[in-house]
Amino acid sequence: MELLIGQMFAGLSLGSVLLLAALGLSLTFGQMGVINMAHGEFMMAGAYTAFVVQQVISDAGASLLVSIPAGFLVGGVLGLVLEAVLLRRMYHRPLDTLLVTFGVALILQQAARDIFGAPSVDVRAPVWLQGNIELLGAPIPLTRLFILGLALVCLAGLVLLLKATPLGRRIRAVVLNRDLAETSGVSTRRSDQLTFFIGSGLAGVAGVAVTLIGSTSPYLGTNYIVDAFLVVVAGGIGQIKGAVIAAFALGVLQSVFEYSTTASIGKVLLLIVIVVFLQLRPQGIFSLKTRSLA
Amino acid sequence: MSTPTLLPEGEPQAGGLRRGRPKYLEVRDLSVSFDGFRAVDGVNLDVIQGDLRFLIGPNGAGKTTVIDAITGLVPATGSVNHTGTEILGRKVHQIARLGVGRTFQTASVFENLSVLQNLDIAAGSGRGPLQMLRRRKSIEPAVEEALEIIGLEGAAGKQAGILAHGQKQWLEIGMLLVQNSDVLLLDEPIAGMSQDEREETGALLRRIAASRITLVIEHDMDFVREFATSVSVLAAGKVLSEGSVAQVQADPKVQEVYLGTSGTEGH
Repeated sequence: MELLIGQMFAGLSLGSVLLLAALGLSLTFGQMGVINMAHGEFMMAGAYTAFVVQQVISDAGASLLVSIPAGFLVGGVLGLVLEAVLLRRMYHRPLDTLLVTFGVALILQQAARDIFGAPSVDVRAPVWLQGNIELLGAPIPLTRLFILGLALVCLAGLVLLLKATPLGRRIRAVVLNRDLAETSGVSTRRSDQLTFFIGSGLAGVAGVAVTLIGSTSPYLGTNYIVDAFLVVVAGGIGQIKGAVIAAFALGVLQSVFEYSTTASIGKVLLLIVIVVFLQLRPQGIFSLKTRSLA
Repeated sequence: MSTPTLLPEGEPQAGGLRRGRPKYLEVRDLSVSFDGFRAVDGVNLDVIQGDLRFLIGPNGAGKTTVIDAITGLVPATGSVNHTGTEILGRKVHQIARLGVGRTFQTASVFENLSVLQNLDIAAGSGRGPLQMLRRRKSIEPAVEEALEIIGLEGAAGKQAGILAHGQKQWLEIGMLLVQNSDVLLLDEPIAGMSQDEREETGALLRRIAASRITLVIEHDMDFVREFATSVSVLAAGKVLSEGSVAQVQADPKVQEVYLGTSGTEGH
């Protein structure tokens, strides 16, 4: 029983990290159709933001609370620059976008090496996040509980923005029918920029979150980018609820597979499950009726 | 909306408003090329406020492309002047904000949003992001009025995707009204409608066209005869003939390429 709860929570926790990494992608890739390979590096930038903030504010608790909005801003601004300088020239060329953003990812990794050095750095977790709580006898690390909470808060914020505000309606309108949005007087340029800012900002927040459970290296992003894309594709492109289900399902499956086999075999099994699932249901868990994405 | 007056029918010339200084849309030498093929070839059009102009022509004549070019969706050369303002070459949303609105051939609404939200997007396209984070509780008077004009008061909360085909077309027109378009470019607004819906749409067109610059693409000659105050015939990317329905139908050139070939064209 303890073992089961422990494993379930490990899965949920992994799922919440995946969800944080994938939420931003579900906007930039899901809604806008941009394949941004540098999304993981935006996470890395968020993680280093947390590191830098902690050099300035030595209190770990305060620095964490400052890091979250700071990470959002850093990720968001990086996204804005990438969109304005490169991506907007190639909205209808997905393959070029993939290559260009892969190049940007490499540049960002090298930049991080030059600035912070190749060895990984650590961000201290605040005292109130150290230790475990007991849930039905199973120890639950507080940091992981915090990440789960943060993922849910980000999710709620994003859903609220998209569903309940006129701004979110406009973003959805642009996705649903670009031409109609434009001829209705909506500047799709502005909408694209804003969507990209928010999506990239969420990557920054995800980066801050993962500093609580591991060390930060220039290659942090590469650990997450593939899984994040898997979540968005398996969930159904452009569907946030799909991404949520997929993230937690993948998290739980991975932790179960890893427990019953080894880490590598577990990963292989997981990929097989996803490949089979996408063979049976290529559109993902949910599908969206839109003209922009097939 | 300003007082809607039925327009006199069967006038010999495209007239429009006779009093004051009517607004106008002046298209000069408009050309669109797709890979060397001139889909629109030096089109000239003048539509005056208060005129209900129909644009007819065989399939592939370039009718929709003319509207695409005016609204900036396809690149074009020439000039499109809206009451003193050159609009060609501007961005699509800027053209829309200058009062040039259009509908699409396939009823295009934001399917996953409600009728009210559809209208709201059209009404609030110029609002900035910060202003748009607040939820607004009240319905704007213009939106309410548009709902009434297009007869969808009862469906305001419905998802636009589940509306009947005709209602979607009306919603599109309603969106043009709330975004304050004084140029209405309607691409086959009655395609796929029942006879009753056609009549209602025709009546709606008359009401709104009385105070606007209206250009309607249509295939159905019965509908054109009933509601057009003037007609332009497009064939192979060029304006072939212009005038009242009777004049155009009497034009031998038109009979040759259009009416003569298939009688009263269905679709």
